[in-house]
Amino acid sequence: MKVEEIVGELRDGMTIGIGGWGSRRKPMALVRAILRAPLRDLTIVSYAGPDVGLLVSSGQATRVVTGFASLDSIALEPHFRRARQAGTVELTELDEGMLHWGLLAAAHRLPFLPIRAGLGSGVLEVNPGLRTVRSPYADGEELVAMPALRLDVALVHMNRADAAGNGQYLGPDPYFDDLFCLAAERAYVSCERIVPALDGPPQTLLLNRAMVHGVAETPNGAHFTSCVPDYGRDEAFQARYAAAAADAGAWAEFRAAYLDGDEASYQKAVR
Amino acid sequence: MNEPTRAEVCVVACAEAWRGDGAILASPMGLIPTLGARLARLTFAPDLLLTDGEAYLVDPAGAMEGWLPYAKVFTMLAAGRRHVMMGAAQIDRYGNQNISVIGPWKRPKAQLLGVRGAPGNTVNHPVSYWVPRHSPRVFVDRVDMVCGVGYDRGAHELRVVVTDLAVLDFGRPERVMRVRSVHPGAAVDDVVAATGFPLTIPDPVPVTRWPTAGELDLIRTRLDPAGAREAELR
Repeated sequence: MKVEEIVGELRDGMTIGIGGWGSRRKPMALVRAILRAPLRDLTIVSYAGPDVGLLVSSGQATRVVTGFASLDSIALEPHFRRARQAGTVELTELDEGMLHWGLLAAAHRLPFLPIRAGLGSGVLEVNPGLRTVRSPYADGEELVAMPALRLDVALVHMNRADAAGNGQYLGPDPYFDDLFCLAAERAYVSCERIVPALDGPPQTLLLNRAMVHGVAETPNGAHFTSCVPDYGRDEAFQARYAAAAADAGAWAEFRAAYLDGDEASYQKAVR
Repeated sequence: MNEPTRAEVCVVACAEAWRGDGAILASPMGLIPTLGARLARLTFAPDLLLTDGEAYLVDPAGAMEGWLPYAKVFTMLAAGRRHVMMGAAQIDRYGNQNISVIGPWKRPKAQLLGVRGAPGNTVNHPVSYWVPRHSPRVFVDRVDMVCGVGYDRGAHELRVVVTDLAVLDFGRPERVMRVRSVHPGAAVDDVVAATGFPLTIPDPVPVTRWPTAGELDLIRTRLDPAGAREAELR
């Protein structure tokens, strides 16, 4: 598929899960394609990085479900930070482990999964809909009943995939990309390269075609986030992104230079 | 050898947090806690597990000894086999910690990191804190958002709070913050003035131990030869 065809499957008001972690292996070509589409009122579920930053900056993400928003080497995602301080984005703030558990519950088609994380914390206060549950066994322990985080769509980026939708990561961490795909009605994969046959250690074959509804080849498509071993994070470009995000005028110039054109013109501009 | 600097005293004070922990995952946040964990591993806590900050377990020389992607970190965390030393934008006398927001949560004056894994960490395994600038803006009567939970909200175990001035802990039975030791060259009055709530203070006040010659040598020649530790206290 083309990235535009994948984004053409999205609708206003959807809950979209985005794989990767912080500024690592994010499906940025797909995020950039969303920026060019007239989509609105999106809820984004993510271990958030510049994916969330960009969708907040465009006003398309009106709610974010996360435990943080970071660029890793730059601690705070600047667009997310400014939007929170301006009150222009809603937040469902969860412990990182609760987010994992919510995806796992959705992937298993369970209404919730019990977890200790969150007990006693402000997370239960800022999410008044969260409930606790008591163990029915002799221990009687009270636990947080983390509700399933069901997604309309998941977007993830792999190092390799085949045309049928089997996906392979070659870096150090799968993150939670398989759970994002299983938690979603439909899952779309961008990848560095579509290959006729996958090879390498079997443990790297993270996604199978039963989890995936479409694949797009997007070379350098995670840029400027890391996609090792194909490439590391483009730290110089990320620093430019963060600096531009701090100032409305500079951001307008950044958008015009990099984001208003299609993916091919982005790749040409950052080469 | 020159007299130890305050940063070097802090590295050793952080290392001491992991003494006796055995084969568990040490997760330090910040440079001085990272140097402390590596120093502990090299000296009195050889069984500690350390990560490279991405997905590998590494030995003190940086060689890989295991794989620990985030999903497995979460499982180690829930299993209780971990002791993390986190930062704190705010912390109260019970050890409730905030790294999420300053000001009202709905529309914060400053959006910080977010809760990250602090709620889960503090109810599952030992947690310590590192505060490079001890001040009443950090040591507050009430935190703006409870991320890591304190003893009044069900913390599993809060081991120590290490600052640029002192080591603090939570003594039984009341489990409120007290001075464990004041660093050489710092005064207990400075600690009291820099803390926005009443502290329990022992009499006499112990002094944080100096690094040994062997520890200083490891810090200066092996762990941080460029001296980056000094900048974390400025």
